[in-house]
Amino acid sequence: MAIEIEQPSVSVGLSKVAVSETHGEDSPYFAGWKAYDENPYEESTNPSGVIQMGLAENQVSFDLLEEYLEQQPEASTWGKGAPGFRENALFQDYHGLKSFRQAMASFMEQIRGGRAKFDLNRIVVTAGATAANELLTFILADPGDALLVPTPYYPGFDRDLRWRTGIKIVPIHCDSSNNFQITPQALEAAYKEAESKDVRVRGVLITNPSNPLGATIQRSVLEELLDFATRKNIHLVSDEIYSGSAFSSSEFVSIAEILEARQYKDSERVHIVYSLSKDLGLPGFRVGTIYSYNDKVVTTARRMSSFTLISSQTQYLLASMLSNKKFTENYIKTNRERLQKRYQMIIEGLRSAGIECLKGNAGLFCWMNLSPLLEEQTREGELALWDSMLHEVKLNISPGSSCHCSEPGWFRVCFANMSEQTLEVALKRIHNFMQKRERRRN
Amino acid sequence: MGLLSGKATCNTHGQDSSYFLGWQEYEKNPYDEVQNPTGIIQMGLAENQLSFDLLESWLARNPDAAGFKRDGQSIFRELALFQDYHGLPAFKKALVEFMSEIRGNKVTFDTSKIVLTAGATSANETLMFCLAEPGEAFLLPTPYYPGFDRDLKWRTGVEIVPIQCTSLNGFQITETAIEEAYQLAQKRHLKVKGVLVTNPSNPLGTTMSRNELNLLVNIITEKNIHLISDEIYSGTVFSSPGFVSIMEILKDRNCENTQVWNRVHIVYSLSKDLGLPGFRVGAIYSNDDMVVAAATKMSSFGLVSSQTQYLLSALLSDKKFTQNYISENKKRLKQRHRKLVSGLEKAGISCLKSNAGLFCWVDMRHLLRSNTFEAEMELWKKIVYDVKLNISPGSSCHCTEPGWFRVCFANMSEDTLKLSMQRLKAFVDSITTTLHNQSNHQSIKNSRRRSLTKWVFRLSFDDRVTGER
Repeated sequence: MAIEIEQPSVSVGLSKVAVSETHGEDSPYFAGWKAYDENPYEESTNPSGVIQMGLAENQVSFDLLEEYLEQQPEASTWGKGAPGFRENALFQDYHGLKSFRQAMASFMEQIRGGRAKFDLNRIVVTAGATAANELLTFILADPGDALLVPTPYYPGFDRDLRWRTGIKIVPIHCDSSNNFQITPQALEAAYKEAESKDVRVRGVLITNPSNPLGATIQRSVLEELLDFATRKNIHLVSDEIYSGSAFSSSEFVSIAEILEARQYKDSERVHIVYSLSKDLGLPGFRVGTIYSYNDKVVTTARRMSSFTLISSQTQYLLASMLSNKKFTENYIKTNRERLQKRYQMIIEGLRSAGIECLKGNAGLFCWMNLSPLLEEQTREGELALWDSMLHEVKLNISPGSSCHCSEPGWFRVCFANMSEQTLEVALKRIHNFMQKRERRRN
Repeated sequence: MGLLSGKATCNTHGQDSSYFLGWQEYEKNPYDEVQNPTGIIQMGLAENQLSFDLLESWLARNPDAAGFKRDGQSIFRELALFQDYHGLPAFKKALVEFMSEIRGNKVTFDTSKIVLTAGATSANETLMFCLAEPGEAFLLPTPYYPGFDRDLKWRTGVEIVPIQCTSLNGFQITETAIEEAYQLAQKRHLKVKGVLVTNPSNPLGTTMSRNELNLLVNIITEKNIHLISDEIYSGTVFSSPGFVSIMEILKDRNCENTQVWNRVHIVYSLSKDLGLPGFRVGAIYSNDDMVVAAATKMSSFGLVSSQTQYLLSALLSDKKFTQNYISENKKRLKQRHRKLVSGLEKAGISCLKSNAGLFCWVDMRHLLRSNTFEAEMELWKKIVYDVKLNISPGSSCHCTEPGWFRVCFANMSEDTLKLSMQRLKAFVDSITTTLHNQSNHQSIKNSRRRSLTKWVFRLSFDDRVTGER
């Protein structure tokens, strides 16, 4: 992704939103991508290039998708002789294709091991989770209001939640003392911080499983979050886009399960965001959904989705794929196994190099602790280390500061966007780097 | 329970307007040739269903494009992972060349200046976010597409101030009308950031004259504001005087690399010309690098599916196909348009002389009980519920004169169109009979005949270099 860093200047009358930097593209998160773009690793043609470990993509299960397409070509060609083509080409109803919503609802149920039910009429289609998160923010908050978001969080939220909506993010500080879990004290502190600045809190937004932690949120914490939201009379948005990437189905508890156990009491403040970009590895297809337990939110979100509908061609393909139970069951199971295997590989590789990570059980990345390596336990120290990782070790990893982590020294390292061989090369480089450091110190 | 935002609770989504209510009635009782022959015929939907066979036969001859293959090789992974907001290069290239072809290659477009968005709906909103603050305004000539009230205002907080156009000169934009719009904006304490026009016009179905386009360039130069030209119907121009793009005018006036060049932005889409509204393919074209940069980042909120970008890059790169499609599509639209116009004539109804679009701007003023919008609503309800035709009342398009309706002709079969005209004629005959029996309405019949003469056969007021409108 090529980045242009513009200097805001006297423009030919553009809006403040257009010239602001809230898109966040000047952060190191994006600068690392630039270094990779300029010198990308390639096994045979550029073996000393930068290995991209900053991109949370899932490339481990494509063969399963390709196999499906081979066996069911009508899913992409509208049947033999394209009989369904015109109907599909004309379909721009913001309710979304019914068969697609049906398939999504059932897929989401399968991912949760059948422990939660989803009503296809509460599903709103959007072009990706990026659009879903922004859309929900427009609906739940007014400009100047705030959403509470636990740190560390996905850097893209700074843009997605704030840029065009004009809302603020107030961090719920989490740290390594308890594995970065959200505590009631941290929630209250964040709420008070907003209050002290005269900022109205409209909701809490969590990512479960967490990006960048690569860990699921515990049931007890989810219960606390729901209670907190109810006490304060605010919304709770649960971004569950990594739900299918939990290494074992039983370890992931969805907010949907909590609501069902409570017989949907106070559920009208809860909204779930989902996407096929991570679990299915299809970020290019722009498939996101909002699932809301609030009727007014569903209706409004549906109307707003006019600005960001999913291509009917893509809805049609996925309706076919995800309604095929044989395919989805096998996919979900196999995908989990492969991700777990990758995770094991990277954890062991890092451990043998003397590096520890947060215990993870989900996602496409691990949360690596390099604080022992920092010259100084500060953000600058972290960025200096990040810079050496990028330019000396030639690995693009994401510094915790870009995820608003309050403790310096943590890094997010992706493991599913490359081949096993490439991951081995990366681990070897880290190993060498750590050995060199040891030697220098002795 | 917690409150929702102001945007969630307001009415700016516009879905309580008659434009949408007509759709609702249609949904309850839709016409079907076999299943429901007395149902409501949908004539309020500007879709192009006339040329699907051309697309279908292309798909049959080119199975790779929809099958994620390039030269027989699978590129599924590459496409599945492609989420770059700069867009698929091959698609952008094919799209700008297509846009050029539609303009008779009189203008060329640069792929570095185009931004892909999920439909023109998204493109228009994104441009508002880029060009205006909440509370600022854009001027729009009336009548205009009802969806603009939502697309331009809802989440952006931007206001629309109308440039009132009237039937006195075929609803063309005049300098006076623009000045009056400016004064209206001032009275409302609104800062004007630009003008947005649709060319060819929805709902008029006419292309903008060179005079109007030049007037617009003069105004935006003088006032230092933006011009957005929504050209999503550019491929539907089926007869003279032909389509003149704003880009052509700027070129003719040697405006390249001047400040005004940077303030003109075009919106395009494949929903009308290619009849693919479901695929959500829109674009912003701007000569201003900062607008392109900002809009590109914003497009993250509404990217075009890579699956769809790839299919269309293959389709639009096939020049043999595009050339044939463009000309054949025009031919069919022209034919269909003629059928609607003559059907209306038989019912004693005239419409604005038009040369583009998927609809006609129909004059039913002579059928109104009084020259009021209440009467227009009354007539509209009769047409929807009794005649069983869903057409769009001019008031939903913010027309200042009651009695005008937009009637679509390309979203149904020829037989259905015929039937709709028969129903309309029967309705008009029944009204006429009633009116005829009332002596004080004799004058209405005379004025009807006069308006027929005036509007069907009238010559345009402006000079036309290229001939009739």
